[in-house]
Amino acid sequence: MFKKDINPAPRQKLKSSIQRSLRANFVETYPLVTPFIDEIMPKKASLEQMKLPDRVSLYVQDGVPLFFQHDNDALLPHLRLVHRFPQCFPTIRIDRGAIRFVLSGATLMAPGLTSPGGRLPLPDAREGKETLGEGAPNEGADEEGRWSRELEKGEPVVVMAEGKEEACAVGVLVMGTKECKEKGKGPVIEEAHFLGDGLWKLNFD
Amino acid sequence: MAETASASREVVYCGVCTLPPEYCEYGGTTKKCQEWLEKANPALYERIWSAEALEAATASLSIEAKERAAKDAKKKAAKAEAAEQKQAEKLSSSVVTIKRIERNKRKYVTSVSGLEAFGLDLKKVAKDFGKKFATGSSVTKVPSGGEEIVVQGDVSDEIEEFLLEKYKEIPEDNIELVEDKKKKGAAAG
Repeated sequence: MFKKDINPAPRQKLKSSIQRSLRANFVETYPLVTPFIDEIMPKKASLEQMKLPDRVSLYVQDGVPLFFQHDNDALLPHLRLVHRFPQCFPTIRIDRGAIRFVLSGATLMAPGLTSPGGRLPLPDAREGKETLGEGAPNEGADEEGRWSRELEKGEPVVVMAEGKEEACAVGVLVMGTKECKEKGKGPVIEEAHFLGDGLWKLNFD
Repeated sequence: MAETASASREVVYCGVCTLPPEYCEYGGTTKKCQEWLEKANPALYERIWSAEALEAATASLSIEAKERAAKDAKKKAAKAEAAEQKQAEKLSSSVVTIKRIERNKRKYVTSVSGLEAFGLDLKKVAKDFGKKFATGSSVTKVPSGGEEIVVQGDVSDEIEEFLLEKYKEIPEDNIELVEDKKKKGAAAG
């Protein structure tokens, strides 16, 4: 989506009602951010919208990018936000060999996830574990980086990488993780926002 | 933002390629990133680039895959270097042209082209010109494609001075004064 460099566009302040609905939308999409939402989006700070090419709008707060949205699709967190709150977003992990392709903008394919270095969700691994906070659903990643619930097609997901601490991409699944395990081939995430792409390099000063 | 709260993590980003340092090896400017990190954050450097860490990282790959990755990285680095060189060359060869155009006998406009090669925002520069000379100043498209700044009045000499003073990245030799209409010779810098 952002393979090419993007020129910064003028930013518009958003109405507080729109800010509120965005906030609600964001919490709904990512229930795990509930405990931190006041830190991510303080009620006082004003949110700005930046319109990017291809009908993408990016939401920026105090010069910090928070999330972006294509048309009216799901809100996707900007990678800088993911790095700050990595525990709030469902993750999958790719193996080492796939990193360089993902970082040059390739579609994420299933073999990068099903190989020994990759991590797909493993349901029921998290029973009896403590929750992140009140009201947050009981899900999360285990020590190995396997998410505790199968992710459906169309769900936004953060892509981690083998041997790395930080996330390397964000995108929407085009294949459910269960199907991915069964099939073992084909595209899993298309058009992601990855480290070093145009959106990442966008300047907010 | 409130970084004091427990939940938010501070992530170090590489000053060269802006990626988290772990990912520098994919950025194409690996060498420079390494140097930067060694200076800026020795602890992290030790963790990522120490011999053991590299060993552990590549252990899981087959020899073939390793070779391929190395080749790819080399190619990328070469590409990045070439791009950088090209840019530097372009910068040194690009010329800012200040042109005085006769509009109506004793009335002139001054057009400035070539500023975008130095990474300047034409709109902003035009605004600055307008403020400085208290005249109209606008960004116009030229038929050959691209854009130039047109300033009302004959301010060619002042613009040259102003450019040299305000935007130090433009070398003096790269500014060219041209007088239109009479086609008199250009007096460089």
